[in-house]
Amino acid sequence: MEKRSRGFYVLAAFFGLFVLFLYGPILTIGILSFQGPQGGLTFPMNGVSTYWFRDLFQEQAVGDIWGAFRRSTMLGLMVMITTVVVSVMAGLAFRKRFAGSGVLFYAAITSLVIPSILISLGVGLIFNQLGLKIHWATSGFGAQLTWTLPFGLLIMFAVFNRFDKSYEEAARDQGATAWQTLRHVVLPIIAPSLIGVGLFGFTLSYDEFARTLLTSGSYNTLPLEIFGMTTNVTTPVIYALGTLTTAFSFAIIAAFLLGAWIMGKRRARLGSDAGKGL
Amino acid sequence: MRLTNRQVIGWLEAAPLTLVLLAFLIAPIVMIVIVSFWGATEFSIYPAFQLDNYEFLFSSPVTYKVFGATLKYAFITWALTLAIGFTVAYFMAFHVRSQTVQIALFLVCTIPFWTSNIIRMISWIPFLGRNGIANQTLISWGVIDQPLEWLLYSDFSVILAFVHLYTLFMVVPIFNTMMRIDKSLLEAARDNGASGLQTLLHVILPLTKPGIMIGTIFVVTLVMGDFITVRFMSGSQRANVGRLISNDIGLLQYPSAAATAVVLLCTVLIVIAILLRFVNIRKEL
Repeated sequence: MEKRSRGFYVLAAFFGLFVLFLYGPILTIGILSFQGPQGGLTFPMNGVSTYWFRDLFQEQAVGDIWGAFRRSTMLGLMVMITTVVVSVMAGLAFRKRFAGSGVLFYAAITSLVIPSILISLGVGLIFNQLGLKIHWATSGFGAQLTWTLPFGLLIMFAVFNRFDKSYEEAARDQGATAWQTLRHVVLPIIAPSLIGVGLFGFTLSYDEFARTLLTSGSYNTLPLEIFGMTTNVTTPVIYALGTLTTAFSFAIIAAFLLGAWIMGKRRARLGSDAGKGL
Repeated sequence: MRLTNRQVIGWLEAAPLTLVLLAFLIAPIVMIVIVSFWGATEFSIYPAFQLDNYEFLFSSPVTYKVFGATLKYAFITWALTLAIGFTVAYFMAFHVRSQTVQIALFLVCTIPFWTSNIIRMISWIPFLGRNGIANQTLISWGVIDQPLEWLLYSDFSVILAFVHLYTLFMVVPIFNTMMRIDKSLLEAARDNGASGLQTLLHVILPLTKPGIMIGTIFVVTLVMGDFITVRFMSGSQRANVGRLISNDIGLLQYPSAAATAVVLLCTVLIVIAILLRFVNIRKEL
């Protein structure tokens, strides 16, 4: 091994500062959410307590945090499942270079780069003019898909660009039908990446603000509820909520990553039966 | 015959994505374009074909000021996220030797992306406020006597939040491209006597361009389309195009909001079209 250059230490320090910049603020509100009952929105700490967390679980003067949390989780799951299924299907389609694939691809890119407020406004207007009821599970659901699906599709492109076609050919040579090849060869191979697509689907939906703003109707999702609180709540209770939902996000991310890791391990252990006379 | 079968299956597989995009992307855009020609009273909108909304938009000096501010935010954020993102990606790709550490550091950089933007914005308040950590620290060090007023609710805090939220959109594509650079090219450069800086400028930088372009597209479009960061971090004291639109929506002036949205969309698409000339996205994934 060659010796580390001075450049390495400079860059490592820069990287450390960047990580501090990324996580410092959220750690700060994590600490501040344990303010004593008399504590304010900034340091110094006025005692240490779980007062503001308990406050969260009590009847709130404004809003409906737990209802919003339930709705956001539900919506996140709906978006996650839809994103995985639709992205995989579209990913398979794009391997076939069907007529119109170029247009569809550019539509997906447009979906990614279009300012979110346009989706919010447009979907809201359509539902209004058609006399449909604006609801998080219909208009909100669709609006969020325009944000999660392009990510799912891009991941599928990345996956299929690295996919070794000879596995499929081998299956076909041994007489597998197209469906059998898909079910028993392609899907198991790409399964770990699907966990990634699911992670994007759930978290992007759970945290989405702009696209849900005008499309969620009379019941708020959690980000909308939190944003509403910023204008009329001036106690650390908002930090307690921020800390809790960030902890929830971290737990979800950890679960997904753990899932992908376990899958990888299992595959390494059980993956190949070559030379075992099976 | 085989070929047509393949086509049909391809279409069937693409159908769900197509339907979602038709219903929730294309139709809303069409709707916004239509409504941008409609008229509005104080409490309702009515179908019409009039150019009043655009006339008003283009004749108002506010429009130009706000579009200018939007481009300014986009440009400054782009420059900062590129500088930071490139350095971070460069460190991870070329200075970290173990692949496990590389993956771990990469995850550290991407995890905030899966958490809430709103909360990440709120979390700056104890830092930047009048009695926040930054002011307290600077006063205790004797750097300043009085709290700095421009830390929160200013252009500074808006751009800080943008950089905080969006740098990882630069890090990820740049890192991805860097990881695919053949390491033997770097050795060749060194064997031929290139200094570290020369290798960086003449080998790594050109090869990283596609990643930079993808990151640029993300950052520029996210900043140009934003309305909530500017509203929150400036305490409603600064404006960008997104806020212009959301203010009109708040006043139920949908046709005028739609007209502004159409102009914003055109601006964003022109910027993207220019950037896409430099990169083939599908090849880079």
